[in-house]
Amino acid sequence: MANFRMHILICGGTGCMSSHSPEVHKNFIDILGKKGLSKEIQVLKTGCFGFCEQGPIVKIYPDNIFYVGVTGQDVEEIINEHVIKGRPVQRLLYVDPMKKSPQEEHKDIAFYQSQVRIALKNCGLIDPENIDDYISVRGYEALGECITSKTPEEIIKIIKDSGLRGRGGAGFPTGLKWEFAQKSASDKKYVICNADEGDPGAFMDRSILEGDPHAVLEAMAICGYAIGADEGVIYIRAEYPLAVKRLQVAIAQAEELGLLGDSILGTGFNFKITLSLGAGAFVCGEETALLNSVEGGRGEPRVRPPFPAVKGLYQKPTNINNVETYANITQIILNGPEWFNSIGTETSKGTKVFALAGKINNVGLVEVPMGTSIRDIIYKIGGGIRGGKKFKAIQTGGPSGGCIPAELMDLKIDYETLNAAGSMMGSGGMIVMDEDDCMVNIAKFYLEFTLEESCGKCTPCRIGTTRIYEILERITKGQGKMEDLDALKELGEVIRDASLCSLGQTAPNPVLSTIDYFYDEYLAHIQDKKCPAKACTDLLEYVVIDEKCIGCTLCARNCPVSCISGAVKKPHHIDQSKCIKCGVCESKCPVKAIIKQ
Amino acid sequence: MSKIKSLDELRKIREKVSDNTEVRITGESADRTIIAVGMATCGIAAGARETMSALLSEIEAKNVKNISVIATGCLGYCYAEPLVEIRPPHDAPIVRYANVGAELAKEIIDKHICEGTFIEDAIFNRGGSN
Repeated sequence: MANFRMHILICGGTGCMSSHSPEVHKNFIDILGKKGLSKEIQVLKTGCFGFCEQGPIVKIYPDNIFYVGVTGQDVEEIINEHVIKGRPVQRLLYVDPMKKSPQEEHKDIAFYQSQVRIALKNCGLIDPENIDDYISVRGYEALGECITSKTPEEIIKIIKDSGLRGRGGAGFPTGLKWEFAQKSASDKKYVICNADEGDPGAFMDRSILEGDPHAVLEAMAICGYAIGADEGVIYIRAEYPLAVKRLQVAIAQAEELGLLGDSILGTGFNFKITLSLGAGAFVCGEETALLNSVEGGRGEPRVRPPFPAVKGLYQKPTNINNVETYANITQIILNGPEWFNSIGTETSKGTKVFALAGKINNVGLVEVPMGTSIRDIIYKIGGGIRGGKKFKAIQTGGPSGGCIPAELMDLKIDYETLNAAGSMMGSGGMIVMDEDDCMVNIAKFYLEFTLEESCGKCTPCRIGTTRIYEILERITKGQGKMEDLDALKELGEVIRDASLCSLGQTAPNPVLSTIDYFYDEYLAHIQDKKCPAKACTDLLEYVVIDEKCIGCTLCARNCPVSCISGAVKKPHHIDQSKCIKCGVCESKCPVKAIIKQ
Repeated sequence: MSKIKSLDELRKIREKVSDNTEVRITGESADRTIIAVGMATCGIAAGARETMSALLSEIEAKNVKNISVIATGCLGYCYAEPLVEIRPPHDAPIVRYANVGAELAKEIIDKHICEGTFIEDAIFNRGGSN
């Protein structure tokens, strides 16, 4: 087969696919076909490039040109100009807001410069539905080396020496977890991959599975060999259809080549992997609730001990790791534990993938060494706050985490520093908030989430989160009392101490951390009946500044409840008793005569 | 496809399929040499497509690694097309060859790239860096 002289990679992650990357893909294939170039130019769909904000992404090798925001109509121009005549299409290059000039290569783009890719190494490089692509980047060699020349003890030692800790939340040392499962004697053991990614705004596990599914399968098989299991289950939510499909394709391909199944690589080691689809309950990301769900029971946590390493799936010893944890394993085996533990901080080794979301310019997926500061993530990689607003806080760890204020921006992120700051690593969601976000309202949002997702098994969690939510709602309506703050703290402590699983144990974090760091905002809501961020609609009024109003009547004509009155060319007036505070008048006013206060 | 029966067999398959991603991995490398072929209208009219094919097949035949062949726009010397520009890594000076037909293209790979000896007669000019 003649080599392709050029590879055109189109992002096939969920983000870019929803902004019509399949159309871009199809047009490339069609037009190249018409021009008779299909034999020299390869077009393929890859996993996520991480720069979701700028999608659909198209990357062209060997030139290494990175196009952003490509539409179906742009394809012909790219082919005529770039592919045939070697002239990159300038208007589709990413323009760096700091440098103000178009950047051809992705490594010149600030978003990528501070990143170190281990878990996402192959995402955006290989075709996830082609096992040959994975094999060409040393795929399944780590498994091959393990099962032919390493004992389970040796593998566990490598993982322990690497310092890898669980990427799903609590950060438990992975090697130790494997050792517990290995030492539990049993005729049957299981390996589970927790792909029940449930934090609002988090999508790193989904992207890994969509972009590099074989890396997770291979790591699970290595784990199976290390702990003595012959069966693996990936628990994945049904609302990730693309990841499910890519996993199914990958499993079938690996089985066909004998890289999964019976007697892998002729060694006699058997390992098969099946998928178990979850219905998307947040609590099922908790490992014991997950076990119940896989078994067909209710998604409710079990009492620990016994831990899953002793009695897990069907009461058999089970090792459960999250997707991103597994995604590091093959690289650790291939490159050695010293390589891995040379990256990161004293207690947290390697890298962490974060899903950057919220009021930030570069929404997307980033992988940085542990110990990177919040400032670098927001300003260097994230490109700063949207609309030039002021950075207020960053929420990490999802509903289990807390809000870290702008004053702590130089915090170097690892498991310990985040815990000490009242938040947590969690699975890696990072939601950036600016001056327009009300911290009481944010706490309320997360509590609404946990109260809905609480499975109800433990009363403190079931009832407590509801009570906290009610109190927060009162405060945001201006009906709060000072005693409420004490009640919130007390409830928070009880829920934390008396819940069985980490859903309840961490549910009060968003409230407790915002009371700690943004006490003034709570006071303003309770004592002054004001929302400083002007986000709580019950505590604000839209008013017309008479001197500025030109009487154009635009506001009155657009008001959905007709509560604005006034004669043409005369200042208008808003009837506060009828106003529903939708903000339409403010956005329609051509002279900014209507303000929130 | 049949099942892979040993680690060695897996490694052999890797060798075989390494072309799958080689263009991409080399494209990311800071140590690669880039061969740019002028492929604007002037270049194509002068036969740059044949030049590129000759470069590519010789690279494959000699199994040269860490090299990217790319198309580039008009270099401004339309009378001397097809032009081939060798851009070595790490800011070493660029060498340009003029009127590169299939024969010369093959020679560039054999002598300049593989042996490191420049084909002095055919050099159009040098200078500038990547």
